[in-house]
Amino acid sequence: MNPFSYARVSTSAAAVDAAARETGSAYLAGGTTLIDLMQLEVVNPATLVDVSAVPLARIEALPGGGLRLGALARNSDVARHPAVLERYPVLSEAILSGASAQIRNMATTGGNLLQRTRCYYFRDVASPCNKRSPGTGCSAIGGYNRIHAVLGTSQNCIASFPGDMPVALAALDAVIRTRKPHGGERTIPIDAFYVSYGDDPARETVLEHGELITAVDLPAAGWLAHSHYLKVRDRASYEFALASAAVALDVQSGRVRQARIALGGVATKPWRAVEAEKALIGSAPGAAAFGAAAEAALHGARPQTHNGFKVELGKRTLTRALERVAAGGTA
Amino acid sequence: MDDDQRTGWSRRSFLGVSLGALPVLGWATASLRAIRVPLAGSSLAAAPLPVALNVNGVSRQILIDPRVTLLEALRDNLELPGTKEGCDHGQCGACTVLVDGRRTLSCLTLGVAAGGRKITTVEGLATEQGLHPVQAAFLENDAFQCGYCTPGQIMSAVGLLAEGCPGEPDAIRECMSGNICRCGAYPNIVAAIQQARGAAGSKGA
Repeated sequence: MNPFSYARVSTSAAAVDAAARETGSAYLAGGTTLIDLMQLEVVNPATLVDVSAVPLARIEALPGGGLRLGALARNSDVARHPAVLERYPVLSEAILSGASAQIRNMATTGGNLLQRTRCYYFRDVASPCNKRSPGTGCSAIGGYNRIHAVLGTSQNCIASFPGDMPVALAALDAVIRTRKPHGGERTIPIDAFYVSYGDDPARETVLEHGELITAVDLPAAGWLAHSHYLKVRDRASYEFALASAAVALDVQSGRVRQARIALGGVATKPWRAVEAEKALIGSAPGAAAFGAAAEAALHGARPQTHNGFKVELGKRTLTRALERVAAGGTA
Repeated sequence: MDDDQRTGWSRRSFLGVSLGALPVLGWATASLRAIRVPLAGSSLAAAPLPVALNVNGVSRQILIDPRVTLLEALRDNLELPGTKEGCDHGQCGACTVLVDGRRTLSCLTLGVAAGGRKITTVEGLATEQGLHPVQAAFLENDAFQCGYCTPGQIMSAVGLLAEGCPGEPDAIRECMSGNICRCGAYPNIVAAIQQARGAAGSKGA
């Protein structure tokens, strides 16, 4: 681990002030991604601003019926919260399908949004990597790329987003609240939060330097209770997704009125599949509609040498998740 | 012909050699740690910071480089070697301790960030009345072979009891999936946790 200076702050105002002062600063919350990457010397902040004592861990009802998750609410607390279990089961299931009990006790809502890829070459400082060292090339393109993305890739990077919770948040149309350096707050719909890789794979979100996530807001819509997260992976637990699907369906009088679909494991970011949602609206829930949605969701997928299976796996994962929600079960 | 006869090694002689090799392993570990020390003393190093670690009910003030993990602070600074270093990357669970009652990976926690938190290690479980029910259940169920992962398994199981994990074997396996056992003692670990759950339940805990 490279040397760094450490400061613990107790307010979000002090946090953004401290972070903005140093170009090489990073926030420390649960540390489950950051400390790991610092041990590997993949990420080398000059200053750590420890925000874990900032009072941002509350989970509270919003006046309009939504739910606000404090940025420092632990994954395990969010997953077990009665309102999340009752109204947003997809979120609870996504969180509980990820990592281990220890890591879920540590990881926070804000930090989990910023989880970094598990690309082997990104995590290995000896390998060229455009995400870690811009301009050095991509070792995964033409290398071993079984876990990599088939959606959202560019000629510079094919790293997959590894998380589960943000995939559920994408399906829920969550809104991310932040505090900016030098005052000011903003709200960012999750669909606008993650950026496409394009020419600069090192940039993953629209957050500016020193901008602090303070909360994540979930909308009030009652039909989101009809939702499910399905994760397919190499082992039964404590493993990253090869493909996952977060879905919510609003079915009335035998027709799909509204639908939300997001995919994990197959894309460079939590992947909202708007075309798949459109394919479902107005149709009768069933094999034909779900198959059409699955085709639309993976349309334009660009497989690499070793991850071609993810195209079919992504379709089947989405189809099964839709079947389960339509059948009324979420387990 | 079994493996022992073919190789000429018996489990007993292997253990003997392993134990004989321990001082060498100890030296290797010490020299690896020694490599870290000059780094910490280099001109690039940030100043060591004072931190009060409350471990097993005792608060101790230490001075550590911000890079020192809670795992390293427990083992090297506080001389509590019960907590084990496995992968050092949050993938094996050997370093599990309780922080404010929750099972936590000490290898991914900075020592300086643990100041003011209530930390419990495997050394802090037993009381004058005897072993913690989870420790007793691990012994009674022979829930280990080499024992290296055992402190982490036990701390994780103690955390599990407070989280309300269901008692079915599959549920316990899922709740314990963050703790890897290379010896494969899983069936007996599950049995031990089932027994400890029952003991905790009968006491109304």
